[in-house]
Amino acid sequence: MRPAFSLIFFTTLSGLGFGLAAVLGFGLITPPSPFWWLITNGVAIMLIGAGLLASTIHLGRPERAWRALSQWRSSWLSREGVLAGLAFGVLLVFTLDGYVNTPRYELGLLLAIIALITIWCTAMIYASLKTVARWHYPLTPFVFISYGMAGGLTLAAAFDAAFNGQSSSIIGASSITGAAILALIASGIIDFIWSRRAGANGSGSTPESATGLGDLGEVRMLMPPHSEENWLQHEMGFTVARKHAKILRRISTVLAVVLPVIILTTTTLQSGALMMAAVILHLGGVMVSRWLFFAEAKHTVTLYYGARH
Amino acid sequence: MTDLPPPSDVKLGLVIDLDICVGCHACVVNCKEWNTAGYGAPLSDINAYGDNPSGSWLNRVHTFEVSPKNNTGGGHNDARVVHFPKSCLHCDDAPCVPVCPTGASYKRREDGIVLVNEDWCIGCGLCAWACPYGAREMDPAEGVMKKCTLCVDRIYNDTLDVEDQIPACVRTCPTSARHFGDLGDANSAVSKLVAERGGFDLMPEQNTKPVNKYLPPRPRNNSSQSNSTSRANNQAGFTDDAPIDLIALASKDEPKGFWKWLDTTLDQLQ
Repeated sequence: MRPAFSLIFFTTLSGLGFGLAAVLGFGLITPPSPFWWLITNGVAIMLIGAGLLASTIHLGRPERAWRALSQWRSSWLSREGVLAGLAFGVLLVFTLDGYVNTPRYELGLLLAIIALITIWCTAMIYASLKTVARWHYPLTPFVFISYGMAGGLTLAAAFDAAFNGQSSSIIGASSITGAAILALIASGIIDFIWSRRAGANGSGSTPESATGLGDLGEVRMLMPPHSEENWLQHEMGFTVARKHAKILRRISTVLAVVLPVIILTTTTLQSGALMMAAVILHLGGVMVSRWLFFAEAKHTVTLYYGARH
Repeated sequence: MTDLPPPSDVKLGLVIDLDICVGCHACVVNCKEWNTAGYGAPLSDINAYGDNPSGSWLNRVHTFEVSPKNNTGGGHNDARVVHFPKSCLHCDDAPCVPVCPTGASYKRREDGIVLVNEDWCIGCGLCAWACPYGAREMDPAEGVMKKCTLCVDRIYNDTLDVEDQIPACVRTCPTSARHFGDLGDANSAVSKLVAERGGFDLMPEQNTKPVNKYLPPRPRNNSSQSNSTSRANNQAGFTDDAPIDLIALASKDEPKGFWKWLDTTLDQLQ
């Protein structure tokens, strides 16, 4: 599948934003002053906003995006849209209410739950497609959720460092960094298992089943239907740089997990700026992982265009 | 709502005969011709005569080579070419419909045709990802999803002559490799054809329950005793198992004149 940058930015930025929203909602970090409350919540709002904006850029008719909110009963994409809007609204109320009064954690709990379900829906847009065996795998939503939570906790740990330990947390402010490290390692392990196992058995379809000519023998493409690559091949027949997948996956793991964990575990490195750098490295690594998520995925339509998988 | 309707009694669809399709692409061209001026936005045709043409098509003809796995005799002689037209299969359990976030994609209750309401489509492309067959293509100019309408604007169009009230691809096929009818009716001509010829589904393992059926290429008569072509070939001094000898095809005797020259020239080239 073609790794469209709009979709990579959409899934990674909104994933990080909803992850941070969940961390804030659970009360895993509470900034020391109303001003910093606005800043931390504002970062979540901006990340989610940027992600959703990127998703609309992907559309052929962005001006009609509102129509996507109507089919929540059957479509995971519609569910994602509805819940993302709901989470965004609850986050705004939670933020303003917490600024004026003290943060209301019943509202926060609601926000956290909706934010996590939204990430689940984002992943299910892909995981529900039987045509792409790599995505149609039970672990796929957990990859999205674990990266969202790991990113949100790493961001929270960076804020905590920036606040010089003045922030509070329901698990104790000193535990935030530890929680982030655990979440980073967990997300790395889940993504590793996913990359090894997801779609390993193929889609179950072959050029023979696609053409129904298997009884006659082995089917091979002799001529494509047109002289030039068509939209289907461009969109779903992406193979470029798949051969670099191994090295890219290593780069992803180093950026998303190894370097942030090193920064977070080394107390001498725990300045706000360096921890923020850890967040950026992590986000870059997740983006590489998400690029591979698309680039390595094979669609059954390519069976009609000479592929065998 | 983009939930699928209960299976309709009438299931309009196509039956495509892979035995007699010659891969002329007339169905492809007439499909584009009709549908670019018919239902919905025109089918774009960008840079049609340039280096990198693009555009949307609702029907395409693939060409495959099928090689028997157990090649007992001769190998290459047994491989055959199959031209393979492919358009929307109007599946009973169409995976493209429920994924649509806007309700633009729908399956008609009355006849099972799968359509796109192009005024609602946001061009997210998810339906094309959900379709295992590649039956849907995003129009590069309109930014909306295009697909086969089964020529819904022809088959119910009383202003057309009766013989034209069938899909454009079926109307134009010079070999009658395409048939249109009600596959929900066991007594329809198309249903009988499917039963008679062993019509099959594409990718049955995807559980889409396609309405369109394909008829398999008829088995070849490989017995040299009963096959007049083979007998003639044997008389010409070679069998099915041997590579075809162009010279021997032209003359049973020693090559003379032009053929002798061609023979020696080809020998020298080897």
